[in-house]
Amino acid sequence: MTSMAASVTEDLLDLDCGFVVDEICAQLKETIVRFRRRGAVVAVSGGVDSAVCLALSAHAIGPERVLALLLPERESSPDSERLAREVISLLGVPYERHDITSALEGLGCYEARDEAIRHVIPEYAGGWRNKLVIGGGLSGQFNHFHLVAAGPDGKRVERRLGLREYLQIVAATNFKQRTRKAMEYYHADRLNYVVIGTPNRLEYDQGFFVKNGDGAADIKPIAHLYKTQVYALARYMQLPEEIVSSIPTSDTYSLPQEQESFYFALPYQQLDVALWHVEKGRPAAELAEALGIDTEFAARIYADIAAKRRTTRYLHEPPVLLAAHA
Amino acid sequence: MMDIKNRLRTYISDNFLMGLNGGVIGDDTSFLDAGIIDSTGVIELVSYLEENYGITVEDAEMVPENLDSMAAIERYILRKTMTRAAAV
Repeated sequence: MTSMAASVTEDLLDLDCGFVVDEICAQLKETIVRFRRRGAVVAVSGGVDSAVCLALSAHAIGPERVLALLLPERESSPDSERLAREVISLLGVPYERHDITSALEGLGCYEARDEAIRHVIPEYAGGWRNKLVIGGGLSGQFNHFHLVAAGPDGKRVERRLGLREYLQIVAATNFKQRTRKAMEYYHADRLNYVVIGTPNRLEYDQGFFVKNGDGAADIKPIAHLYKTQVYALARYMQLPEEIVSSIPTSDTYSLPQEQESFYFALPYQQLDVALWHVEKGRPAAELAEALGIDTEFAARIYADIAAKRRTTRYLHEPPVLLAAHA
Repeated sequence: MMDIKNRLRTYISDNFLMGLNGGVIGDDTSFLDAGIIDSTGVIELVSYLEENYGITVEDAEMVPENLDSMAAIERYILRKTMTRAAAV
């Protein structure tokens, strides 16, 4: 490794976890007080990001001032709730559980999504499961989405999505994140608490969130941390081993789905290193050396990062206030 | 087929820019570099081409060399339609 690659190691892997935890907790507490709130609501998914946010919140202001929420729906993996309960129990945080299935049914989430799916896969019916898969960016193509569906008999169908079906599936599925956020703010308003958002740096930078859904929050305590660093904090805070060693999943679609096949195109360890190089303005050749890949592939990773930033820029934008011209 | 670029210019101007600055899109202007379309826009563009020119855009063909400017799209459409005609 070159000296520059070594600094990746220094920045990403050799995190002073104790210092970082203390720094985040101090800022969390100070911000909650500044907002004149009395505690924090954290929706816990069973993944490492929300587990770390819950632990940081409990550490910062005491577990009794934190409310954890379990918000499953009929397509959530049972493992997610089991892991979420494990971390809630470990930290001694009060919690509430709301199954949001009936709310999603009332909003027409599943119906609208399935109607769009049947346009692409007419045989799709009850008992089938589905997921979206992104592809193209790292092959030099424009990113595009495929729908993967599996029937009860194990039959698996994959089709590229046209515009109307893609938009409708995403729009309907976004009801899940937005309904969860509505529940989080219900409890935050009821208790005079803040809502904690749980995106890590990769998700935040690459726009892997739903505007006014999981993208909405009062404080985002780990949005400046690479995923590798979030795992490091999880280990430091002695969170359950199953969470610390988990592979990130979206748990939004009914088929099992790792985040890298859904959105990121690379495992988080490599994408962390890539994003670090982009942010430091390092050339693709250096990323190639750090990851042991050829420069052309590194350049495609750069292009993919830039494309996702471009496509999702609007998600970060606050409402635009229009000035009246005299 | 002579009017591929003109039809495209009208489509891009009307659909992506709502008439704003549509006239300044050059034949070789990169849609991506000019910020005219993003990846959702590419999916929209592909649907338009498939519906209006009776072609199927394969995954492997969804590359900037085929779709990132009006000149590139014209070359791509002509190639696809000639291939189809030769196959008939």
